Amino acid sequence: MTIPSGLKYTASHEWARLEADGTVSVGITQHAQDLLGDMVYVENPKVGRKVAAKEECAVVESVKAASDVYAPLAGEVVAVNDEVVNAPEKINQDAYGAWMFKLKPGNAADLNGLLDAAGYKAVVDSESH
Amino acid sequence: MPFIPHTETDVSEMLASIGVAAIDDLFDEIPMALRSAGLTRVPEGMSEMEVARLMQERAERDGRYLNFIGAGAYEHHIPAAVWQIVTRGEFYSAYTPYQAEASQGTLQLLYEYQTMMASLTGMDVSNASLYDGASALAEAVLMAVRAHRDARRILMPKTVHPYYRRVVRAIVSAQNIELVEVDFDHLTGVTGALPEAAFAALVIPQPNFFGCLEEVDTLTDWAHEHHGMVIALVNPTALALLKAPGQWGTHGADIAVGEGQPLGVPLASGGPYFGFMCCKQDFVRQMPGRIIGRTVDRDGKPGFTLTLQAREQHIRRAKATSNICTNQGLLVTAATLYMSLLGPQGLKRVALAAHDNTRRLSAQLTQIPGVRLAFDRPVFHEAVLQLDTPVAGVLHALEVQGITGGFDLTATYPDLGHALLVCATETKTAADLQKFAEHLARIMGRQQVAPPCPIKPKI
Repeated sequence: MTIPSGLKYTASHEWARLEADGTVSVGITQHAQDLLGDMVYVENPKVGRKVAAKEECAVVESVKAASDVYAPLAGEVVAVNDEVVNAPEKINQDAYGAWMFKLKPGNAADLNGLLDAAGYKAVVDSESH
Repeated sequence: MPFIPHTETDVSEMLASIGVAAIDDLFDEIPMALRSAGLTRVPEGMSEMEVARLMQERAERDGRYLNFIGAGAYEHHIPAAVWQIVTRGEFYSAYTPYQAEASQGTLQLLYEYQTMMASLTGMDVSNASLYDGASALAEAVLMAVRAHRDARRILMPKTVHPYYRRVVRAIVSAQNIELVEVDFDHLTGVTGALPEAAFAALVIPQPNFFGCLEEVDTLTDWAHEHHGMVIALVNPTALALLKAPGQWGTHGADIAVGEGQPLGVPLASGGPYFGFMCCKQDFVRQMPGRIIGRTVDRDGKPGFTLTLQAREQHIRRAKATSNICTNQGLLVTAATLYMSLLGPQGLKRVALAAHDNTRRLSAQLTQIPGVRLAFDRPVFHEAVLQLDTPVAGVLHALEVQGITGGFDLTATYPDLGHALLVCATETKTAADLQKFAEHLARIMGRQQVAPPCPIKPKI
């Protein structure tokens, strides 16, 4: 199980990446896509929506289940990735490349409150026992 | 006769094997405060003989009238073959079997039903039916709010069936959804000025509750221009003549729902009926209920199966699109057979005959002094009459003559005066219409003799 060290994570299996322009890209982890199986549908938030940390703001649906995706931190949705909407299987193929939406964080320091790779690995390990 | 096959021994063995003392213990996670106590208003059980007697009495009471009531439930001729086939053992079940490996016949029938409904409404997708027309409208409202995402206000014309509006209110009232009632033009009986505030969807009934034809193209385009969705509430028989919701305006309605009863389901004192729901492809994941899909098995042979189940409550639990996870399988079977036997041309003949009969009836009844049409507007197969005298007395007098003369609008639309909604489907003959007109003329004539003579006769 790969958990890239440059990203931040949540216990609800989202990853967050601080981009050069100050926005934060959000997707679901390799582990999450593995549990869900073949992706068939992605529903993204609307651009311009303000979200609170841990607020439900997207849905991913696989052949097995539909699952909510939560905002890792508070902010405004500034972009959504139509590529994954049109081809949800990209999440299965490359979970950390297939970002779903980008947030402009209300407070960039909130990122520090998220899990690092080691912290997220501990979450995954505890779930598998 | 109980229909539960388990003996007491079976039950105690099953409980013992999972280590539970009593069946009630299986429900102990439900707090006591949430459980209903004794159901004091539910009567005691009756024997099969008593139930048969009661039902027979009620059926006789309903069946002996010459019926001119529509108002949401319509008397149509049902070819004898429909229910002969529906009641075959292969179809006759209280539960719809979904197990794909054992239910290909049922699933194929539901798939064909969906194809027919999608074709009738001009929409991309149909579900396998809902509980009834009123709850289908409530589901459409919930669906529109989910799909729209920015607004939770619904524009609900007063020309929508008043009972439907009550059901919708009951179902969505606790979900922070605002229902805005839109008034109608009192000359034409169709939806009038629309409010400008942001909304998730506009409901457009066609025909509306008064039988009148709404300006569906204009209303649809108006709603879309104002970033709202369009919920078409339609009569399936009427769709054989009228423009399908999928073709309304520039972009078509987004969701189409309605009561399926006119398609082969008897009036049966008010139910069971079924609701139908169709939508554009874009909204299929917000659509509640079962959807049957066609696929291939591992050998490449075609087959049918449930699809898009990830939206449903057995998978999505509290976040499911709906907690009404059923369809009305048996009634849908009847509807599918009814549509198959009639075909598009047959359904069109039914619709034309009903339209024609209602026009003749209106023409005959409005010849009677004290009876006029309430609205100057084309209708499908119902019309609102305004009488010079209270409707209840007139209906009672007609009932004595074996005629149910229509639906009294006085309670639900007091501002229309003594208003009566009448309907004559293809089941009515020229003699039936004549009989209604003669009795109504006699009753109206008698009532116009009033006021009573102030001088008491000396006997």
